Amino acid sequence: MPRPQPEPVQVVKQRRDAALKAMVEGVPYVQWLGISFDRRGDELTAILSYDEKLIGNPLLPAIHGGVTAAFLEVTAIVELGWSMIWDEVEAKKLEPEDLTAGALRLPKTIDFTVDYLRSGLPRDAYARARVNRLGRRYASVHVEAWQDNRSRLFAQATGHFLMPQRDG
Amino acid sequence: MEDRKATLARQFIEAIPHARALGMDLTELGEGLAEIVMPYADHLVGDPSTGVIHGGAVSTLMDTCCGAAVMSHPSIPAATATIDLRIDYMRAATPGQSLRARAECYHRTRSVAFVRAVAHDDDAERPVATATGAFTIETNGGAT
Repeated sequence: MPRPQPEPVQVVKQRRDAALKAMVEGVPYVQWLGISFDRRGDELTAILSYDEKLIGNPLLPAIHGGVTAAFLEVTAIVELGWSMIWDEVEAKKLEPEDLTAGALRLPKTIDFTVDYLRSGLPRDAYARARVNRLGRRYASVHVEAWQDNRSRLFAQATGHFLMPQRDG
Repeated sequence: MEDRKATLARQFIEAIPHARALGMDLTELGEGLAEIVMPYADHLVGDPSTGVIHGGAVSTLMDTCCGAAVMSHPSIPAATATIDLRIDYMRAATPGQSLRARAECYHRTRSVAFVRAVAHDDDAERPVATATGAFTIETNGGAT
């Protein structure tokens, strides 16, 4: 039997980007903080664009510890949501209306522990999360954030999340 | 005396651009205790289908309040920074209501302050979140 033709690259990209956009752009707080996501295949990198309103200590100056925590938490939730829907996106099971703002139920944070390693400098920051366990109800996620050097983390965090109950 | 305290409280928030951006109000400060109120705002929403604010905004409120509690310790630290902070989310904050966090610096050594905090909305019986953290103590001119 002949192998089916692979989908055109634009079609695949468009579908994946629409799914990611639905999780990120519909959330006012994520937009307000200035967080966006870069996608390479299924790998996500969160980007926190520097802005003066993110400063917590104007003398150093340094990014507010709460902003760092929020950035890590957003990264963890989006990565987890992304892992949750990836198979359905690939199987074309999600309709465009499943992906409108607020239609997708995201995981809820149970607890979140942030480890502050050095002060956040007044410039862009990046973060990547790793889902260490994804069960039907609970998930455990680790996140790392850096600025100039990938190997010099300025913060890391671990959180536990309650997964939304989904049909099918 | 009360006026001086109120001025200090106002200056504390005004010195922190991000606390100002969130409309925080330091309502109590002293002896290692702090209380901060953060009003509800549309840009803090984390779940557009319900209007519940994002956990990240709660983290920021907790971190700021814990830092204020450390700074108000009778030993008067020159500065502080968060070493670690754990937040437990008990329930979603009610949309439209302010969040009130109270933090207590319950122990300090020469270089570390241990703090716990709790946040409520209008329901004072059921906490929205609790936090525990360790903070650095920076003193001018080294060890005290």
